[in-house]
Amino acid sequence: MSSTVEIAKPSKPWKPSIKERIIDITLLAGAVLTSYAVVGATELKGKLAYFFVFFAALAIFNLIKGTATRDLMIGKDQFFSAVMLLGMTLVLIPTASILFTVIDRGRKGLHSGLLTNDMSLATPSDPIVNGGLAHAIVGTFLLVSVALVFSLPIGILTALYLTEIRGRFTRPIRFLVQAMSGVPSIVAGLFILSAIVYTVTKSYSGVMGSLALTILMIPTIARTAEEVLNLIPNDLREAGVALGGTQWRTVAMVVVPAARSGLITALILGVARIVGETAPILLLTGGGDALNFNPGSGAMGSLPFYIWKSFLLGTEESITRGWAGLLVLLVLVLTLFILARVLGSRRMK
Amino acid sequence: MTDGRANSVIPSPREITTEPRFSDKVFRGVVTAGGLSSLVILGLIAVFLGYQGFEILAREGLSFLTTSEWTVEVDSYGTITNSTFGLAAMLIGTVLCALIAVLVAVPISVASAIFLTFYSPSGLKKFLVSVIDLMAAFPSILFGFWGLFVLMPSAEYWAKLINKYLGFIPIFEVEPRIFTRSPFIAGVVLAIMIIPIVTSISREVFSQTPLDRIQAAYALGATRWNVIRTVAIPYARGGIVGGSMLGLGRAMGETVAVYTVLNIVYQINWQVLFGAGGNVASLILLKFGEAQPYEIKALMAAGLVLFMLTLLVNFIADQIIVRTGSKGR
Repeated sequence: MSSTVEIAKPSKPWKPSIKERIIDITLLAGAVLTSYAVVGATELKGKLAYFFVFFAALAIFNLIKGTATRDLMIGKDQFFSAVMLLGMTLVLIPTASILFTVIDRGRKGLHSGLLTNDMSLATPSDPIVNGGLAHAIVGTFLLVSVALVFSLPIGILTALYLTEIRGRFTRPIRFLVQAMSGVPSIVAGLFILSAIVYTVTKSYSGVMGSLALTILMIPTIARTAEEVLNLIPNDLREAGVALGGTQWRTVAMVVVPAARSGLITALILGVARIVGETAPILLLTGGGDALNFNPGSGAMGSLPFYIWKSFLLGTEESITRGWAGLLVLLVLVLTLFILARVLGSRRMK
Repeated sequence: MTDGRANSVIPSPREITTEPRFSDKVFRGVVTAGGLSSLVILGLIAVFLGYQGFEILAREGLSFLTTSEWTVEVDSYGTITNSTFGLAAMLIGTVLCALIAVLVAVPISVASAIFLTFYSPSGLKKFLVSVIDLMAAFPSILFGFWGLFVLMPSAEYWAKLINKYLGFIPIFEVEPRIFTRSPFIAGVVLAIMIIPIVTSISREVFSQTPLDRIQAAYALGATRWNVIRTVAIPYARGGIVGGSMLGLGRAMGETVAVYTVLNIVYQINWQVLFGAGGNVASLILLKFGEAQPYEIKALMAAGLVLFMLTLLVNFIADQIIVRTGSKGR
């Protein structure tokens, strides 16, 4: 008993047909040609002009195509999809340009002694191979470490208040943390200057810089830690309390260990936030050229200060040094960022 | 039953109390103290800047905010003979640069947030979101020197074009014709700095658009653009405005990037394309190096004004986000 059943051939009606593909590619080519024509004929010049005209042409062609094949509503839809793509591209262009510029110009300043020498014996116009930024890296490391000693406990306590205690100050504290993240870095510097440097110590040192960085770091740590602690399932807390644990034991033995890698992410993001912070460093640390391992006294160099100084000196060599410093700073930020990403994605599993 | 129970030992009921134990009291105390530290720090900032700047604020009064002359005259012995401190020029510069930044950044940010939420394939989206987060982590000194060395030549050319075709509008006049290091270019650099903030906040609000409303719109035959215009944008409007305010606050307080890019001149300058201007933060950095103790007090007062200004902007942003964010519309 066999009968032939006609099976409908599977088709994908949503896939663009060859004809539609050809039209799309023609439109793209048309937009490219238009951009060349417009840039050639008018006063718009430069790479960005090509981008702008290309997207504008693409948007208009899309509008015409959509309107011609369907109706104006579809045409508008097509038009705005090109506009949104333009917006996205405009965000990516500066990022790409910054990365490219820093790598391209910074690598000329790289040499074997960069990470082991300091600038105490090098003048601004010395050849690049003299001097290096060992003092700056040591200084940045010390500044960040001391800042962490203050900011990590405060940040995590704030996050714990917002997630575990949820007292009546929750709403104001959340706003204050938000407001604190908006405190201009120079104001943090001025505050330490007015509260401690002018009244107590009367001298610049690494610790003063760290204190200003602490203020800038707390909100980042607190907010990231709050997000992480909010992800811990409430079942864990309830289980801890149901087993007879006090709230303190539950938080210390269950909640915080469960959120550990997330809290480390918070720490890393906090460090990334302040590692390149310049304004308070310029006001508070004194910015030495020699290695200084004591954050408590004496001028302390740091990467942002080194970069700042190098660019302001203005000789060709020192500007190259500045770009090299920016490259090192960028690599540092990138490393921290990727580290935070890796830890963050592991947490989700 | 009653007989049986009389013979067994009846455990007395445990006292039930909601009173936290001692360890919990300590824990709660410590955590609350830690939580309140942000209040303490912000309070201390206001108190100390106010304390240091009080002398200047008391002497200049309201004219500290309304006049725009900043001079310190010193005789040959180094004592101050005459001084005037008025912050108006720099306040206007601060607002001007930050407004340019917001005007440039918000359309770009909203467009890219819409692209990320409604157009981008999910693989690409992950990558793009990482790029934007990375951009937010770039230090400001990086933006500053990139802006000075790389962006400046192109931005100067755009400024000339704007001046040529829109020069009849007063704010686009340039006289004398100096186009480098203008508030416009500083504004563009600030815009690039706040784009990641505005984008990520807008993207968050867009992604919270209720799915049923989106699907209802599609079911009624809406195109993607119709959905965005009639459902997503009305829903996200408050969040976008709040995010833009946060960006505004960030742009107002920026020091290093503005100091690097802008040619800081102490004058009121409304010509955004002309190469002179400044903002409060960069003024503090500029004057700090050579200032005497007396002028430093004036800088502290300027810092206090800047602090209050950013607090106010942040407060408004917070209110907008809270009011509109949770309710939906």
